Amino acid sequence: MQFKIRTSPFFNSSNSVRSIMLQVLLALIPGTLVMTYFFGWGILFNIVLSVFFAVSLEALALLIRKRPVLVFLGDFSAIVTGWLFALSLPPLIPWWIVLVGIFFAIIIAKQLYGGLGYNPFNPAMVGFAVLIISFPLEMGLWLKATSFAEQSFGFIDSLRIVFGANMSPDWDAITMPTPLDAVKTGLLTGMDYTEIVRKSRYLSDSFSNTWMWSGLAFAAGGIWLLYKKIIHWQIPVALLLSLLFFSVVFHLYSPQHYASPVLHMLSGATMLGAFFIATDPVSASTTPLGKLIYGAGIGVFIYIIRVWGSYPDAMAFSVLIMNMAVPMIDYYTQPRVLGHKRKVDL
Amino acid sequence: MPETTETAETALDHIAIVEEPKISADYKKIMLDGLWNNNPGLIQLLGLCPLLAVTGNLINGLGLGLATLVTLTISNSAISATRRWVRKEIRIPFYVLVIASIVTMIEMLMHAITPELYGVLGIFVPLIVTNCVIIGRAEAFASKHELMPAAFDGFMMGLGFTLVLVTLGAMRELVGNGSLFADASVMFGDIAKNWTIQVFDHYQGLLLAILPPGAFIGMGFLIAIKNVIDKKIGK
Repeated sequence: MQFKIRTSPFFNSSNSVRSIMLQVLLALIPGTLVMTYFFGWGILFNIVLSVFFAVSLEALALLIRKRPVLVFLGDFSAIVTGWLFALSLPPLIPWWIVLVGIFFAIIIAKQLYGGLGYNPFNPAMVGFAVLIISFPLEMGLWLKATSFAEQSFGFIDSLRIVFGANMSPDWDAITMPTPLDAVKTGLLTGMDYTEIVRKSRYLSDSFSNTWMWSGLAFAAGGIWLLYKKIIHWQIPVALLLSLLFFSVVFHLYSPQHYASPVLHMLSGATMLGAFFIATDPVSASTTPLGKLIYGAGIGVFIYIIRVWGSYPDAMAFSVLIMNMAVPMIDYYTQPRVLGHKRKVDL
Repeated sequence: MPETTETAETALDHIAIVEEPKISADYKKIMLDGLWNNNPGLIQLLGLCPLLAVTGNLINGLGLGLATLVTLTISNSAISATRRWVRKEIRIPFYVLVIASIVTMIEMLMHAITPELYGVLGIFVPLIVTNCVIIGRAEAFASKHELMPAAFDGFMMGLGFTLVLVTLGAMRELVGNGSLFADASVMFGDIAKNWTIQVFDHYQGLLLAILPPGAFIGMGFLIAIKNVIDKKIGK
């Protein structure tokens, strides 16, 4: 009689890549809905276009690389990349800019390195970084946030702007700087922080601060992911704590010149990045201690680039910089294997 | 001190007498190596700093490529011609001296003839001295071959390097600006004022291609394309 013998691991997770990706998509829905409510159809178009381009380019790359197309498309990772990338774009951005960004995300950052699991950099953030460097003007055109019913563009108008069909709106009249943008330019022109807050509609009235609401919605989705154990707590917690630490210290040091911690925590891509982007299982650190270092590093870089850099937000650059450090972090933070001494020679 | 002179002379004689092994020159192989099989830009990956830095457009690439080509041809000839009298121990400082004098001459010539191009290329012209393709060819080829093959090798290596610079420059200019031959007048004078070809009308430009990352990405693609072609040929 033969016994069935199994080797370790004896407890394995039932999560396939596909189910993980599906749950990530589910967790993105509240934040997406909030953004759509404030910015209109443009957000949904971005997502539809990005996901469409991402899946098409991924299929194309898999065909050229002679890999089974349906198997790899079925892991939904291209959809998640496309969706996350879309959420970083301003509404009503022309379709071809989305295509350029997705090309860099899927083809160059992911497939050229060998596909899912082999990419050292977060694909969505590579796409975003390419766009913010190449098209700074278009990437800054964030519409004035209003409630969904008061949007200046309906479905058809939005569609025509995205596809550039003889419609170029008066951007100056309908866009507004994001809170981080307003603070950055305000401080550069020598205004006090309190004055900037008074003048900016987003910052003076917390209820109309779109960015705060969408940040909270993304945080809610992220906490659900934590609860479902899709992501680990180390990266988001370390990221948010280090960002909080630096913003509190500098704000206390000089409240007139450094924005309040609340602004840093609830504006821009902080929440989306902390829970969804920095936690990318492929490009992030994998050891428990390494995850803490990785998250904290991203927080530090976000603060440095936001405050002293030339771009208003810094999630993409910080994540990419720390992606580069991941191999080293992982090397020095290997956990001790039971029964062995610490192996790495420092 | 007659004795010392004598020893020095005998030493010189001794060096001069040493017969080097005859390496017969195969001009076809030298040509193929320089242009393709052992291309300095794509295979040896030498001289990457100027290669990546100045290829923002086609004309800059062409300018620096030609300057390197001339330097490489002259330096290879000079080093091959003097190879019997240069002792092994001091050859590297000697090469550097030769190359530096040649580059200084070319720099002054460019300053005189094409001041605009000189202004655009700036520090990268004097920096040809440090381009490792040149000292690499001096050490690996010129110091072991006759004058003619060495000069031919320098020319072909320079041509291969120029072709890579021009191709990369054209790629980056096309993607970044949608044009080709922009600023041709800085090199060819007023005749070239309207040589610029606007390939795409109303092209917004992809700034990334002009910036340094574009150089690295473009270079990666060039190497990949070469490998694909080699693989196809090999089949």
